Amino acid sequence: MFLSVTLPATDSPLATYAHFAAHRLFPAFHPRAGWHLLALLVDQSSTSIFAPQATPARLIFGLSVLVLSICGTIFAVVAGLLLFILFRYRHRRGYTQREPAQIYGSAQVELSWTVIPILIVVVLFLATARVIFITQSVPRPPDALDVVVIGHQYWWEFRYPKMGIVTANELHVPVSSTDHPSPTYLTMSSADTDHSFWVPRLAGKLDVIPNKINTMWIDPEKAGLYLGQCAQYCGVQHAKMLLRVYADSPSEFSAWVAQQQRPAVDDPQVSAGRAVFEANACVNCHTISGTAGHGTFGPNLSHLASRATIASGSLPLTAENLHAFIDDPSRFKPGVLMPAMHLDDHDLDAVTKYLMTLH
Amino acid sequence: MATQTQITPSIERPSAFRAFFDAVQDWVTTVDHKKIGLLYIGYALIFLIVGGVEAILMRIQLWAPNNHFVSPQTFNRLFTMHGATMVFFVGMPILFGFGNYLVPLMIGARDMAFPRLNAFSFWISAFGGLLLYFSYFAGSGLYGAGTAPDVGWWAYSPLTSRVFSPGHSTDYWTLSIFISGIGSIGTALNIVATTLCMRCPGMKLSRMPLLVWLYLVTSGLVFVTISPLTAAQIMLCIDRYLGGHFFDTQAGGSAVLWMHFFWIFGHPEVYILVLPAFAFANEIIPVFSRKAIFGYPAMVSASVGIGFISLTVWAHHMFTVGMGPGPNAFFTFSTMVISVPTGIKIFNWVATLWGGNIHFTTPMKFAIAFLFQFLVAGLTGIMLSASPFDWQLSHSYFVVAHFHYVLVGAILFMIFAAFYYWYPKMTGRMLSDKLGTWHFWLFVIGFHLTFDFMHVPGLLGMPRRIYTYEADRGWQIWNMIVSSGAIFQAVAVLIFAYNLVVSWFKGEKAGPDPWDAWTLEWSTTSPPPTYNFSVIPTVESRRPLWDAKHPEEPDAHFE
Amino acid sequence: MSTAIAVAHHPQEWTLPSRGIVGMACLVIAESAIFVIFVVAYLYYIGKSLNGPTPREVLDIPWFASICLLSSSITIHFAVHDLRASRLARFTGWLAATVLLGGIFLGATAIEWYDLIYRRGLTISTNLFGTTFYSLVGLHASHVIVGLFMLSLTLVLALIGKVNQHHAERLEVVSVYWHFVDAVWVVVFTVVYILGR
Repeated sequence: MFLSVTLPATDSPLATYAHFAAHRLFPAFHPRAGWHLLALLVDQSSTSIFAPQATPARLIFGLSVLVLSICGTIFAVVAGLLLFILFRYRHRRGYTQREPAQIYGSAQVELSWTVIPILIVVVLFLATARVIFITQSVPRPPDALDVVVIGHQYWWEFRYPKMGIVTANELHVPVSSTDHPSPTYLTMSSADTDHSFWVPRLAGKLDVIPNKINTMWIDPEKAGLYLGQCAQYCGVQHAKMLLRVYADSPSEFSAWVAQQQRPAVDDPQVSAGRAVFEANACVNCHTISGTAGHGTFGPNLSHLASRATIASGSLPLTAENLHAFIDDPSRFKPGVLMPAMHLDDHDLDAVTKYLMTLH
Repeated sequence: MATQTQITPSIERPSAFRAFFDAVQDWVTTVDHKKIGLLYIGYALIFLIVGGVEAILMRIQLWAPNNHFVSPQTFNRLFTMHGATMVFFVGMPILFGFGNYLVPLMIGARDMAFPRLNAFSFWISAFGGLLLYFSYFAGSGLYGAGTAPDVGWWAYSPLTSRVFSPGHSTDYWTLSIFISGIGSIGTALNIVATTLCMRCPGMKLSRMPLLVWLYLVTSGLVFVTISPLTAAQIMLCIDRYLGGHFFDTQAGGSAVLWMHFFWIFGHPEVYILVLPAFAFANEIIPVFSRKAIFGYPAMVSASVGIGFISLTVWAHHMFTVGMGPGPNAFFTFSTMVISVPTGIKIFNWVATLWGGNIHFTTPMKFAIAFLFQFLVAGLTGIMLSASPFDWQLSHSYFVVAHFHYVLVGAILFMIFAAFYYWYPKMTGRMLSDKLGTWHFWLFVIGFHLTFDFMHVPGLLGMPRRIYTYEADRGWQIWNMIVSSGAIFQAVAVLIFAYNLVVSWFKGEKAGPDPWDAWTLEWSTTSPPPTYNFSVIPTVESRRPLWDAKHPEEPDAHFE
Repeated sequence: MSTAIAVAHHPQEWTLPSRGIVGMACLVIAESAIFVIFVVAYLYYIGKSLNGPTPREVLDIPWFASICLLSSSITIHFAVHDLRASRLARFTGWLAATVLLGGIFLGATAIEWYDLIYRRGLTISTNLFGTTFYSLVGLHASHVIVGLFMLSLTLVLALIGKVNQHHAERLEVVSVYWHFVDAVWVVVFTVVYILGR
């Protein structure tokens, strides 16, 4: 079962650290037993921090193994000593002395348990500082992909400025490998309150704050879907501000980019739905390229049907869900900022059909 | 035999109503530090129940994914109120209550330095709590029922601006805490003035009980801790009502500035909460090990050191904000450094136990559990101090587990210990040991079920402050275990409350010194008279009663 | 009945600090912490306003008012000195001077604010400078008002002959507060009128 655990890349010094820590500090332990437990946790969840799939998450994982080993050892020693003392010096019936010998202190003992913790702190700090500087000061490769992330109450806006793409909630990035590194650089800010971008298997979280620009990078190693969500309380629907990051193979990614760069599908069969969209308040908040809708308060819907979910990842995209959502968004996300549109059944059906054609 | 006519002077016995009224008036107008201490403690216990109910409601909602037990709005209010209640209306009052009661007694004084300020501080803090809960009725004007604040107990900007928090619920948060902060500063001022200016003859600073030292450090911290929050709250009110732009990001203001100001308060605040728990441990552990505390000077230095260092670590709550590698490294370092004096304290307690004669009375059981649990809490704190690790762990249930380990596992456990230890002094009766044992074990089981397993969802990516979660993340089983522990804790606390009441009437009578202890409060009656001591004592060592009981080997010869 | 802890012999002289001074020192520390936060906000926002008048455009340095306020520290010092020595008439004179100087400071501040608001267009909501300026200077002014109230009360009591040498320590406690207010003004003055311009 532990085979499903991803160990840190074996060529990095941190990995050597981690292996050293695991094997040396727990000699009596089967070296893989620790991983066993981690594996148990990892298999449990698609968002485990112990299943890194990108360099930032891996660096953190390596450091975490060191920290956990040191803390685990300290716990074992101190708690073990305490248990021993509680047993050995417990009051027993045959205790005849009036009071035990009163010992007021010892300078040498105090010194020893001051100096040793200081040394541990120094070691931990140096290991930590190294990871801080690696993650935050890595020079940026010139062909890295740039994505602008804007946090909103309660959805994510993603812009690819060099490619002219604007989309929402589902982030597509290319897979990165060691021989062909293609990291994605995220430049983040918020349009309203504080948010936080957290996809545990790719990287640690970074807050998304109005009037402040934060940058981070990710380089997923394996193609697939990575889940996450907003990690800074931002209002009523903070819990449903979910993240979906699709790591695409190079061909898949180019195909996706090409699709997103096309203008919105304009199928004459659903022109009634398009008319409903343009005639109602929808256009105040939403953009669909080629239509009268240029609103930026809400997600860009130009390629809505190319996404797997709506409502920031909290609902699968199906015609029924879309229909119900437009009718009354608060039914699914009470407190969401999109108002109920109060369309009659005919208009609602038409606009749903229209939106479902927007691949 | 001649009969004797009894002459009974006719005393007009007051009616029950009159007696009740007089008692109420006595308590409401009292300036006696002991009564004020008990008022604080009673007030805090009521809010402990209220805060506990809020927690239970949240745990029921989080039992299963996409649960509909409470609405999202209600849940958000629950976690805001739970946090604000537990920190400001349980933690602070109960710890200041014990301080109020014990500090004058332990230094051989008759009362606090400023008795009327003492009473004022209590009543204004109490008003703050009532004001916060009034928001449930009136947060959006009198007809806006059920609009308690829902911005989290840290009230981050710009969520608290008028734009994102219309109505008055945020203002209830701001004003109630502002007002109770005035009370905290008043009490802290009283404790410092009492400690520095009213010690009995012979009690040099180096002979004060460690509890008094820790309350001195705590009170000093209060002055530089509560004030930043007060300042930030004034700024928030200026933003909300006078058109100010302190945290208005549209006008160039900074959301991060609020965070800095809040955490400059928020981090030392948790040390204000934990240092009194250390104070209790410093008194209880030696008595039930039958040994003097090991390393008194080191304990004093460590406590003062913790006080100072705690002012330099605040931005470890902001590692994910994007401060840059320099500040991240600095705050990692300072947070790791604070573990050194904290470790020294733990080691000194362990050394006190070494070679002792350990009696596992109810207070001692809670103190031993505190030692193990505080050790774990400190170690998870070290994990969080490594900022890259924190980039994964912060804002997740791992942090929630860590700080509940400190607040419940360390602080609340020592508060329970303090109750069992000093209730006899305060009331003249012992708490039931049998009920105490039930309380202890049920609470230990519940605590560990909830807070040990709570670390796991955090490691699996579950953020905090979410009213529900997705079913496909593998978090459900852990949430169920966490929620189940709440039942044990609730039952244990009810048993404790029952014990408090029943023992008042039927508890075994305690004399002045039921534990064979060594500090001055045990030299007077239980409960003490209003004037505390008939003769102000003179002391010659740190353990005056040890000297009195062991005249052949008094501490004074060895200190 | 308390067990007799008191030892028969009398220990050497046992003197402890004055409660009033210690208490006021604690209050001063707490209030200083509040001011530090407002000063930090002011410094952080220097130059960051998106619009509106800048400090250089609208602020005149209040030399006269500052000299008055700082001199009032000297006058109150003499007042305490004279009260301790029971020279009541001189004490009352110095106290009156303190109140007068403090009053002049407040009046000058009021005039400055009137000018800023109505003629130079700077209010608390104009921009970041306006917000931080009025908050910081206003917080200080509110502390001056409280201090002046206490001093005026003392002056009235002195004038009707109710204050004597035994109250010297209480006056000293009030003077600690007043010195604090003046010290804060030195900081505010430097930050707002020197550094900020």
